[in-house]
Amino acid sequence: MSDEPEIAEEATDEAATPVAMRYGMVDAGDGVLHAFVDTYLDGCTEAQADGFGQLVDLTAVDYLTYAAPRNLPAGIEAERFELVTQLINHTTRERVRIRMQVNADEPVIPTLFDLWPGAENLEREVFDMFGIEFTDHPDMSRVLMPEDWVGHPLRKDYAIGSIPVQFKAASNER
Amino acid sequence: MTVTENTEVLDGAERVKRRGDDSAVLRLSEAEAAMIGADPDAPDEDERVLLNMGPSHPSTHGVLRLMLEMEGETVLRSKPVVGYLHTGMEKQAEQLTYLQGCTNVTRMDYASPLFTELAFSLATEKLLGIEVPERAVWIRMLMSELNRMSSHLLFMATNGMDLGAVSMMIYGWREREEVLRFFEKVTGLRMNHNYIRPGGVAADLPDGWQADVEHLLELIPPRLEEYDILMTGQPIWRERLQGVGVLNADEALALSATGPILRSTGYAWDLRRDEPYLAYPEVDFDVIVGSFGDSYDRYAIRLNEIRESMRIVEQILDRMPAGDYRVQDKKVTPPPRVRIDQSMEALIHHFKIFTEGYQVPEGEAYAAVESPRGELGIYMVSDGSSTPYRMHVRGPSYINLQTMPHLMQGGMIADGVAIISSVDPIMGEVDR
Repeated sequence: MSDEPEIAEEATDEAATPVAMRYGMVDAGDGVLHAFVDTYLDGCTEAQADGFGQLVDLTAVDYLTYAAPRNLPAGIEAERFELVTQLINHTTRERVRIRMQVNADEPVIPTLFDLWPGAENLEREVFDMFGIEFTDHPDMSRVLMPEDWVGHPLRKDYAIGSIPVQFKAASNER
Repeated sequence: MTVTENTEVLDGAERVKRRGDDSAVLRLSEAEAAMIGADPDAPDEDERVLLNMGPSHPSTHGVLRLMLEMEGETVLRSKPVVGYLHTGMEKQAEQLTYLQGCTNVTRMDYASPLFTELAFSLATEKLLGIEVPERAVWIRMLMSELNRMSSHLLFMATNGMDLGAVSMMIYGWREREEVLRFFEKVTGLRMNHNYIRPGGVAADLPDGWQADVEHLLELIPPRLEEYDILMTGQPIWRERLQGVGVLNADEALALSATGPILRSTGYAWDLRRDEPYLAYPEVDFDVIVGSFGDSYDRYAIRLNEIRESMRIVEQILDRMPAGDYRVQDKKVTPPPRVRIDQSMEALIHHFKIFTEGYQVPEGEAYAAVESPRGELGIYMVSDGSSTPYRMHVRGPSYINLQTMPHLMQGGMIADGVAIISSVDPIMGEVDR
């Protein structure tokens, strides 16, 4: 009850730009939701209970060199990484795409393994390619690149062709 | 079969959510595996052996490597080790224009290249906001269904070979070749066609294509009857596949599996019917489902999907609309060859499209198609330039591969070969 005035205040603040919320995420329309790292897992749990039974896809984008405006809804602050999770509700044939801004200094987010074990290899690929870590993941290791590889290839500051091929046996003085 | 504590029956998807030693997935790094392997004489109370299979093994469909934890001949845990074909195609896609992009993505799933081209084109068209002419849509559908046939025929060949029906390998390749011959006539290439492009297709169907397709539709059904005699009803074949590698619908959904693996559990989900794209609502076909979720169901689904694809192709043959095979939007379509000789502007236009490419409005889009292996999706982010800012492929092979340890758990190693084959991964798409 003590929180009530605060909520009311927030509501009047955002009355100018009404923000639709769904599962604790900002609903941007067209099946796109913008999540927050703190409430991501709870939101996904809620979505699963609401019928989104399958995780379709999970990937990330590095917006480091993105030239165009980001066009994020109010209340969402642009960060370097964005995690893109797609869920599907087979009964209503509805899809949602959950976009979440991930800070480059601390790219750590909770895993979805306990909700959808199919997230395991998708999250491993995101870790491998972008260096985003998933807490409580059963096997947070590289999947496509060799285990002792240095760097995360799909980051925008990972240049093409500038890194020599690494072989385990060869001594590599880089 | 030895019943271990690992094979207890659990409700719903709980079996695939396990993390510890009782999980089907062997979560072991190379370094840890090397430590175990370094001292083979070390005392081992539970008599478990770590076995390596692949990456160069005739039944691993390319370069799949499996790390298997064995107890006698029973597989306890396993880990598919992938990445041997990784060439950074998603990174490369960021360097290639939208026009060049199809030459890149077509190399991912090399058994069904047209589907990746199609998904790429649909995603690009979503961002561009263009609609392709009706004939292009129907040509795309014709080529997709023929490609589904050729891909499943390839599966018939390799599945037969893996299980000892070696003559099946020759038959499957023979029929597939007939389909590829038609592709060669239409696209110029047997594989990696770069035929479906943003805005339509690369060229119209050649004269007399109907006769070629009719020839295929006459040729293949009796051959499928032969497959039935050779395999479907054959006791050895059934013994080898029935009850091997069983997954229930909850587990398949939890593991994000799609395509024949999901449908084999009795769960009818096919994007062609459930989230229609192209002109699929206008043709009649059935979604084939299994009932036991075993390797035999996955085989039977693919065999019958060939028949359903032929049904669709037959309808396309009757109803192929006339018209243009690509959108006449000057932005994405190069001018016709004759115009280049007549007009300076057309020459410049042609030159610009093939050097710079065309700019795609900023935004993000996801387009998915039902490939022979499941949902094949492309997630594309554009920053308004002529190359994608990011292109991600939701490869069904990569994601379906996660079911493999769960299918293998508690089974014999010889059944493992049947299971790898029935998951039908294309390693080019897994590793990208």
